[in-house]
Amino acid sequence: MSQIIIEDLIKRFRVSERDAGMWGAIRGIVKRRYHTIDALDGVSFSIESGELVGYIGPNGAGKSTTVKVMSGILVPDAGRCEILGRVPWRNRTEHVSRIGVVFGQRTQLWWDLPVIESFDLLRDIYRIPRAEYATNRDEFIAVLNIEGCLDVPVRQLSLGQRMRCDLAAALLHSPDILFLDEPTIGMDAVSKLAFREFIKQFNQERGTTVILTTHDMDDIEVICDRVMIINDGKIVSDGTLDELRRRVSLERRLVVELVDNVIEPTIHPLANLANRDGRRIHIQFDPHQISAADLIAHATSQNQVQDLFVENPPIEETIARIYKDQAT
Amino acid sequence: MLDSLFIYRRFLAVSLRAQMQYKASFLMQLGGRLIITAGEFMAILVLFDRFDSLIGWNVYQVAFIYGIVNISFAVADAMTTGFDLFGDMVKTGDFDRILIRPRSTALQLAGQELTLRRISRLTPGLVALTWAAMNLDLNWTFANASLLMVSVAGGASLFAGLIVLQATLAFWTTETLEMMNTLTYGGVETTQYPINIYRPWFRNFFTFGIPLATVSYFPALAIMGTPDPLGTPLWFQYIAPAIGIAFLIGSLQVWRIGVRHYLSTGS
Repeated sequence: MSQIIIEDLIKRFRVSERDAGMWGAIRGIVKRRYHTIDALDGVSFSIESGELVGYIGPNGAGKSTTVKVMSGILVPDAGRCEILGRVPWRNRTEHVSRIGVVFGQRTQLWWDLPVIESFDLLRDIYRIPRAEYATNRDEFIAVLNIEGCLDVPVRQLSLGQRMRCDLAAALLHSPDILFLDEPTIGMDAVSKLAFREFIKQFNQERGTTVILTTHDMDDIEVICDRVMIINDGKIVSDGTLDELRRRVSLERRLVVELVDNVIEPTIHPLANLANRDGRRIHIQFDPHQISAADLIAHATSQNQVQDLFVENPPIEETIARIYKDQAT
Repeated sequence: MLDSLFIYRRFLAVSLRAQMQYKASFLMQLGGRLIITAGEFMAILVLFDRFDSLIGWNVYQVAFIYGIVNISFAVADAMTTGFDLFGDMVKTGDFDRILIRPRSTALQLAGQELTLRRISRLTPGLVALTWAAMNLDLNWTFANASLLMVSVAGGASLFAGLIVLQATLAFWTTETLEMMNTLTYGGVETTQYPINIYRPWFRNFFTFGIPLATVSYFPALAIMGTPDPLGTPLWFQYIAPAIGIAFLIGSLQVWRIGVRHYLSTGS
């Protein structure tokens, strides 16, 4: 049986409307008008143990709502949610002792305490056996390179340091599933790389399932095997990153840097000019119609080329296209 | 249960250490509190200096009741800071952090902070109680001493229950209602005097409605050996503090309803 089973999840929020101004505020007290938002509109998916899943979508699409349901802090209006054989909100304490959650926006640690004391407190809250705690703690301190942060109160840490400590804190009790909600937001490049590396390695060594929401497509490219896209409360795409790319378009790009700034570079009839940036031209082509080799041969024979390379369309563009396809 | 007590103690230790990170601020607030509460107590002394007695109660008897009520409130107040700050936690979403930890929400909030400076409120209560006890010629039997303890526990439970109820409202309004402060702070102001001085409807409200008077006034009578001008039997005066504990248990049930509501609305 799958580790996470989500079927036809529905969640509507009632949002009260209020007219502007003083009079609106007063009228709001007497009679409130509401409109409903379908945060989740029939979401279904299942996740196997050990998967690395990226969960993306525009703001307000329902990502956080899904994560909240899965972490047991929000009850859906309808649908099924079973995680590790439990319904999260019905067995909240049992459920949360088997999952780890990292919110990029806020820390799980105690603001005024040195990091190591937060860790010790979590050991007692989660009832982690001493030996397991010591092993995990020492390993995370070494791998995440947070030795120097341990005696520092959390409020004095940099964001990158704090996130690494938060990650360690979420894993001390060896959870079966790790939820990461926009973990790399605002992180510097070095911290991001270390963070991603750690997640991948941790997943390989322990087989922990990881579900990651993010707006950073590099996170997805580096970490995830599978990408689910949610838009307007519905899952609009679910598959590997390659499948996703193929689904949206087969198009690839050849970027050519010309020697001179010629006015009309010659482009193969089966390809077309996507955009031009001075001497640099981007040629769009479908590899089923013309191979990259042929196109390169044509481009170099017809133009004076200084440099060239083939690239996939940026993942952002792919995703943006899926959002747009859905909207129309 | 034992494990919960253990984790509660751990929470409190952590909270104290965190407060000690800001020593200067702590000392200043502690000093401020002491001056304010001492001022309140002085006001009562001045009052009695003029009148000498209050409808049959002498100054020591009033001070005794005043002591019990204020100690009860100080204990409850210091232990429920987490619930006091709860409205903000709902607004900022910090309550989610509580929910993703495998412990009861009430336990985590109670352990959120033990506010040391609030313990300063204990001082006037303790002074009043000691001063009254020394002058009242009390019979310190084992039963009376335990009744005093139980009375403070019952009073603290009742105040804590009120503060929990007040916090529970935040699940619906996302604002803790200031109105509820009339019950807590107002309750202290009211019940620190013998309740037979009030009009019957007012007295009844604090005896049966919000039984603040019940848990402190009646046991105090039993300890002082003073028959109740209102005529309650002695056995009732002994069991009265249990009502406070029952009230707290009831409040925690209402709290659970609030948590369920929060889980289904997410706001």
